[in-house]
Amino acid sequence: MHRRVGWLNVHAALVFAFLYLPIIVLIVYSFNGEGVGGFPPHDWTLRWYRLLEEDDALWSSVWNSALVAFAAVILSILFGLPAALALDRTQFPGKAIFRRLVLLPLILPGIITGLSLLTLFVTAGMKLSLITVAIGHGTALISVAVTEISAGLQKFDRQQEEASRDLGAGEWYTFRRVTLPNLKLSLAAAALLIFTLSMDEIAVSFFLVGRENTLPIEIWSRLRRGITPEINAVSTLIFVFSLLTIVLWYKLRRSAPHE
Amino acid sequence: MYSRSYRRVVTVPPLLWVTIFLLVPYAFLFCFSFWQVRSQNVVHEWTLSNYVELIRSPVYVSVLLRSARIAASVTLLALLLGVPLAYFLSVRARAKNVLYLLVIVPLWVSYLVRAYAWKTILGNTGIFNTLLQYFGIVHQPVELLLYSPFAVVLTLTHIYTPFVFLPVYASMEQIPKSLLEASRDLGASATRTFWTIVFPLALPGIFAGATFALVLSLGDFIAPLLIGGPGGIMISNIVVSLFGAAYNWPLGSAISFCMLLLVVGLITGAERLEKRFRDGGE
Repeated sequence: MHRRVGWLNVHAALVFAFLYLPIIVLIVYSFNGEGVGGFPPHDWTLRWYRLLEEDDALWSSVWNSALVAFAAVILSILFGLPAALALDRTQFPGKAIFRRLVLLPLILPGIITGLSLLTLFVTAGMKLSLITVAIGHGTALISVAVTEISAGLQKFDRQQEEASRDLGAGEWYTFRRVTLPNLKLSLAAAALLIFTLSMDEIAVSFFLVGRENTLPIEIWSRLRRGITPEINAVSTLIFVFSLLTIVLWYKLRRSAPHE
Repeated sequence: MYSRSYRRVVTVPPLLWVTIFLLVPYAFLFCFSFWQVRSQNVVHEWTLSNYVELIRSPVYVSVLLRSARIAASVTLLALLLGVPLAYFLSVRARAKNVLYLLVIVPLWVSYLVRAYAWKTILGNTGIFNTLLQYFGIVHQPVELLLYSPFAVVLTLTHIYTPFVFLPVYASMEQIPKSLLEASRDLGASATRTFWTIVFPLALPGIFAGATFALVLSLGDFIAPLLIGGPGGIMISNIVVSLFGAAYNWPLGSAISFCMLLLVVGLITGAERLEKRFRDGGE
């Protein structure tokens, strides 16, 4: 017994080290005067953060990403919520295929989602812009919305709805006053998750982006041009921000199964 | 129990949206794959030549084989890292939630930035090379660390290990603790308990996780471009260049459509296996 725990502990410690090594390197090097060269880092500085402050192109890409992420949240929940309800409570021909189709982008490499949408937009004569990126993210992330909301629906006590109906409330009244409040936490968790996933999405955006860049595309184009330590600084900031959202998401998710 | 209008409102809009923005685009991809390029224009003449070229050209076949090799290595490594980690967490009593969060936090750090951090680690003046030289193991920086299939496998393993961990952990959490206690009380060693009870019951999660790692690493083009170098090019990189500078959308579509079919096939296969083991386990 004792030996197994020892072996597993060592393995777990190594895996955690492997998972966190790049993140630690990223944070440490964001304060390194020499940028990304040299080990061990020395000459600590805040220069890269100061440079970041004046980098208008980068900030406008952050703003673009936030806009896209916001639109993606709206789109994916607008269609994900009814889709989850449809899968949970209705029968229609082709339901199994519909379920598979909706959930496919969850596991499909982004390149296929991106390219297939690109062929659609080009054929339809639509100009690539932040709108096409938002449609791409929104469509791909319906899968996440459906998964999160379905999980909420499974834990949901259907008798509350029946009671509401028996007491004479209409279907839509029941939906607004019983179903929706019960799904509140699942919806919030889904929104948070979709927002962060969209902020970081690159493969779909890669093919659908127009002249205005999202943050990952902006970072990508800079990385391709050469190594810029500023990227470490902005990533560190995003990491801190993500850490806060993830803790929030986790709390929401854990408190979702309220009976 | 639900009225007709309710059912209509929840089914029609998502059905329409998904048809227009998922199903129709796949159909377009399919059509493009049978068209051809003539003097820098895609002409709508139906032909099988793209698929023929795919099978005939040694370049595509060898890149495809390399991609499959890389994806298989990533899947195996991610399983070796993720499954014991999930077991470690599931048998723990304390600090479970914190550890769970610790596994998924890296998922929230930009994919791009983590891939790029490996570049810093593996580069000529990076941590690995500096340490290797410091301990006198090598005298010249090892160039092969970066810009190689090895670098791609390492980075993708890093990225997809949490994807393997999550479903495996979820299925291990569903194993009744009484089973483990019974096994221990009957005198089975921890290793034996793992292989005869935990592993078979966690198989559905393991299949799900392995599918994630396999499919997503097979379709990746960011890590190979960033740290793979010429020797680390994968099939998606070819697609990217066919849709970009090489301007051959039909051929690119043919490759993408094959990938789509492969993915759907893999998912269906994994689901079958999952189901079989889930039903068999009960």
